[in-house]
Amino acid sequence: MSVDLELDCRAMRCPMPVIELARHLEDVEVGGTIGVTATDAAARVDVPAWCRMRDQEYVGERVAEDGVPVFVVRRST
Amino acid sequence: MTNASVESGQGHRTELDTASSEPLHPAARQALLAALDQGYADPRRLHRPGRNARLLLDNARAVVAESLGVRPDEVSFTGSGTEAVHRGLLGLVRGSRQGTRVVHSAVEHAAVRHAVAWGGEAVEVQCEESGRVHDRDLVQGAIAPGVGVVALQSANHEVGTIQPVGEFELPNDVPLFTDACASMGRLPLPSGWSTAAGSAHKWGGPAGVGVLLVRKGARWRNPLPGDDRVDERVAGFENVPAALAAAAALQAVVDERDVVNARQHALVDRIRSAVAAIPDTQVVGDPVDRLPHVVTFSFLYVDGEALVHALDRRGFGVASGSACAASTLEPSAVLAAMGVLTHGNARLSLTRDTTEAEVERLLDVLPGVVAELRAEVGM
Repeated sequence: MSVDLELDCRAMRCPMPVIELARHLEDVEVGGTIGVTATDAAARVDVPAWCRMRDQEYVGERVAEDGVPVFVVRRST
Repeated sequence: MTNASVESGQGHRTELDTASSEPLHPAARQALLAALDQGYADPRRLHRPGRNARLLLDNARAVVAESLGVRPDEVSFTGSGTEAVHRGLLGLVRGSRQGTRVVHSAVEHAAVRHAVAWGGEAVEVQCEESGRVHDRDLVQGAIAPGVGVVALQSANHEVGTIQPVGEFELPNDVPLFTDACASMGRLPLPSGWSTAAGSAHKWGGPAGVGVLLVRKGARWRNPLPGDDRVDERVAGFENVPAALAAAAALQAVVDERDVVNARQHALVDRIRSAVAAIPDTQVVGDPVDRLPHVVTFSFLYVDGEALVHALDRRGFGVASGSACAASTLEPSAVLAAMGVLTHGNARLSLTRDTTEAEVERLLDVLPGVVAELRAEVGM
């Protein structure tokens, strides 16, 4: 699945991937998707938790070509 | 001045990490010092020092039994809470005729999860966002073939949520192991278990003492090599002075708990409401059905390690379940299972003498610390 915006957070530790996501949410239209590519183990929990706190939709987890997980979010507001 | 808040060159300190280890209770110190001289000998020997040591050990066992409302022959002293977990849980696996599968909640302590990985097969059951296990799933899980044991903690060690131990019936006589380390002494033991574990340094006893409880009639078999000592359920030379000190602390904590729990419960209520007023904060765990002294929360966009250091510099000792603050660099499995934020996390646990003034001082500095850490990352 392709996303509208990919955020490369590979070298970042928590909470930086979530901060990047928050900063770039409005870079996509409502209904658009953002992929957070992160090696940090906390992102798997914190991206969905952020979506619940911010009323955004957590779509699910994909895998980048290099095997790094991509956490996909759809902007809903 | 109190045990937990010591004036030093750096100023007044308030230690709020008693869930990791409670300062030694005065009753334990007194018992320990006396028993170091009186209880050094081998309690199996028939000479006078040996008989003295045996008397102290039997006394410690009787005091623990009375404090917990169990029989003295159901009490064993281990070298740690972790060892009590290993023996309690794996002894039921070994004694089971039905299999080696262990159905357990996703929020068990690492000691339980490691024990299952070593000597059984894990079947994990999910929890609500409060951390309370879905107990119907636990019972359903126990119906499956090959299940030898169900394991459920009495209360969660990270978020304080009390689990429904004793409130459900397991099918096919599957026995229950309860890790009671987080609540032992502070709350009455629940019912419904075959084996249970506790840890003395979590109630103000010395480190290096665990309590293993094996119900009379439980199908428990020693999962580790035996030893020809006083108590066939454990191995190694008995630490008589520490066992006596642990028992003295337990008795004192049980005697004091009505008063102490009420005070701690109210202070935690105060912390929960004040912290929830800080923007973008999750206060987690059950707000009511919880340990009296534990409260956990997470601040969005805050680095947990930086939070611990910033509070430490201001004189407050707290723990964190954030990945960056963990030796494993993994986020807390408890917070992950609950589906709540893991970064920017702090766990506060009050000592028996934490004062309202100390709590208010923390609540005065906390919003500024959070704002400062968020400003550092531009949020």
